Amino acid sequence: MTNASQDVWITGIGLVSSLGEGTEAHWQAMATGDVHPAKAEMERFKPFPVLPMVPLELDRQIPRRADQRQMETWQRLGTYAAGLALEDAGLAGDLDRLAHMDMIVAAGGGERDLEVDGQILAGLESAPAPEAFLNEHLANDLRPTLFLAQLSNLLAGNISIVHKVTGSSRTFMGEELAGISAVEVAARRIRAGQGNLFIVGAAYNAERKDMLLSLALGHTLWKGELEPVWARAAASPEGGMITGSVGAFLVLESRAHAEARGRTAYAKLGPVLSGRSRRKPGDAAAVARGQIEAIRPSIGKAPVAVLSGANGMTAATLEERALLEQLGAEGIIGPVRASQSLIGSSIEAVFPAQIALAGLAIAKKGFYLPFDPTGFEQAATEAPSQILATSWGFWRGEGMALVEAID
Amino acid sequence: MSATATGKTRDHLGRPVVAVTGMGVVTSLGQGVQDNWSALTSGRSGIHRITRFPTDHLRTTIAGTVDFLFDEPVRSPVLTERLAHLAAEEAIAQSKLGTPGDFPGMLFMAVPPVELEWPAKRALYAGTNPDSGDAYDRMIDGAWALNDTDTYEFALYGCVAERTADQFGTRGAPISLSTACASGASAIQLGVEAIRRGDTDAALCIGTDGSVQVEAVVRFSLLSALSTSNEDPTAASRPFSKSRDGFVIAEGAGALVLEDYDAAKARGAEILAVIRGVAEQADDFHRTRSKPDGSPVIGAIRQALADGGVAIEEVDHINAHGTGTPENDKMEAMSLEAVFGEHIRNIPISSNKSMIGHTLTAAGAVEAVISIKTIRDGVIPPTINYENPDPSFPLDIVGNVARRAPVSMVLSNSFGFGGQNACLLIAAEPG
Repeated sequence: MTNASQDVWITGIGLVSSLGEGTEAHWQAMATGDVHPAKAEMERFKPFPVLPMVPLELDRQIPRRADQRQMETWQRLGTYAAGLALEDAGLAGDLDRLAHMDMIVAAGGGERDLEVDGQILAGLESAPAPEAFLNEHLANDLRPTLFLAQLSNLLAGNISIVHKVTGSSRTFMGEELAGISAVEVAARRIRAGQGNLFIVGAAYNAERKDMLLSLALGHTLWKGELEPVWARAAASPEGGMITGSVGAFLVLESRAHAEARGRTAYAKLGPVLSGRSRRKPGDAAAVARGQIEAIRPSIGKAPVAVLSGANGMTAATLEERALLEQLGAEGIIGPVRASQSLIGSSIEAVFPAQIALAGLAIAKKGFYLPFDPTGFEQAATEAPSQILATSWGFWRGEGMALVEAID
Repeated sequence: MSATATGKTRDHLGRPVVAVTGMGVVTSLGQGVQDNWSALTSGRSGIHRITRFPTDHLRTTIAGTVDFLFDEPVRSPVLTERLAHLAAEEAIAQSKLGTPGDFPGMLFMAVPPVELEWPAKRALYAGTNPDSGDAYDRMIDGAWALNDTDTYEFALYGCVAERTADQFGTRGAPISLSTACASGASAIQLGVEAIRRGDTDAALCIGTDGSVQVEAVVRFSLLSALSTSNEDPTAASRPFSKSRDGFVIAEGAGALVLEDYDAAKARGAEILAVIRGVAEQADDFHRTRSKPDGSPVIGAIRQALADGGVAIEEVDHINAHGTGTPENDKMEAMSLEAVFGEHIRNIPISSNKSMIGHTLTAAGAVEAVISIKTIRDGVIPPTINYENPDPSFPLDIVGNVARRAPVSMVLSNSFGFGGQNACLLIAAEPG
């Protein structure tokens, strides 16, 4: 096995969502006072509620307006959050280290020009030669730079340009699993000595109808008022996700590298496991059960707190809840929280955000407050020293990681 | 997953050696390594006029599409999946690893980004109520009413890799990745790294791309990246020529079975080649252009040499990225000269894209397969359409006809938009 110097430390967090900007804003909103989600956008994306990004002063992390103009919103959110993470880790502007920093971004696709698409669709209905009409209007109406704002790997490209991260640059795709694999591969590489400094993360702009369209194809979305995930799953046979805009980036670093530059960390990232199943009833729970067993040797005697990635879609959410209840009865896990009840579902960004929130709670020596009318989320009696973060994708992909206090 | 702890063969940095034990390829030139190899070594082009969709109003009307797999036009992810599966089947069959549907290793898969295409958008829009809102509101209504699993799943980014994992029974969660036109090489890098760190004894690494649709052609046209030499399609892709005017968009897939060298030897597998070095360096200059001094590409090539423990004199062939855009070939030539110095004049260089076109997400994997075939057969496929060499390049381009030459170490370059630069060093079996 690896030695402690190759432990994976979380030394920087960049987190932006509907709840606010930065770790402190998220802690205040989720762990203190009267916990509730931000005001949802209920009109623009009717019948789907969406949790919108708080206003960001983009200039603070993306100083050149020319760079901002070259990006669509998801790229701006991600580039901004990556900047926050680098700053938080004390690496902003540290060109020597950034030149050797490896990057793994989880990304979907960029945003379309909805207006152009709408005009073309309307025109196609009456065009005598629809295909020629389509060609002509695509050739004349698409902005040349839009393509670059759509390409999956161009979030990473923009992070290189704006923040000067120029080690290796990889973009994983595939919804939540992309975020899980990004964190997993970075952690494995650090443990194996294949790199000692990584930036890993994703961004999701929920405020776009093109994305809602893809999700609507699978009936994955919740219609109606804001409700926590457990309540949505209990309310109807389909339940559904409430999507939310999120940018979540982590600086992951070997302990030796962090200590050599005099940095402390939020937490240690323990085992990170990705899994897959075809999602027949019980499949995902079986994968997660296997992951728990694999992680068990790293779990202490006290029941471990859980930050669940449950998304409110009924089948998977109830299956995960039943598993967690069972694990609770076995004394393996303690209190459960579901971050998506508060920040919404952010697809590729879910898992990086889960790790960020778990690391934050460890550093704060506390846990988030329950937000669950069904009573499944119980008050925490003590601050967890280990948090298990889960994410089951809305279609496929099951991930789990252990985030731990540094002894 | 069990990793081999007992293996003894190590590279110059003490890491497990990564062998290639199977490979497969599909391009517009045909299906399978043999068909592609005979076409490539005889200098045949697979570029043709686009017939998949009307090309009215398009500046570019040629491509290297793969049109022989389906009778009717299909969605890009459907073709992308089919291409990948054919290449993977060939690679796995050659490797004789596992049993059908039970591949004992991980899956690393370069796939193109996914979007609902125009025929799907039109179908969702048709018949919806104009009063329900804008075009997307209407399509969302249509999508909710359709409630069709196939349409839904093929619109997901993870779909093709998940289905490929289902089909071949690979281990663990698959990784879908995109590093633009370097993606195929990145998939191989990820596999190499996983084997080196002992996560797995085997990896199925695939680059696949069946995404030549009208909007893709328009998008690359708007960036002035595509050749507009439509008159003679087979003469349009002209890497390293003075008259080169852009790349030709194309489709295909390449697949490699990678294995821990000792594990492969232990089961008596034939070693086709080894992946000696891998490297990557991001460029922070511009979204589509390389840093003028070439430093990221130069850095990536030097890193690959260092990673493989290879001296410049040991490289006896370069499988160039060689897209045929004015910018790429100039930058690549300059960077090669910077790394190899005078010695670059002695290294035969070729661009498979002169015949296949640029298979985008698949290119790095397709060209890795061809690089291995080059090593094994001692024949370097030509760069066709090399009638008018760019005099500013001090390169030994294998022009127009194949060249017989012993090759034991190939540098394969892959560069992509977004500052992606990846290099592979592929070598003959040691000893």
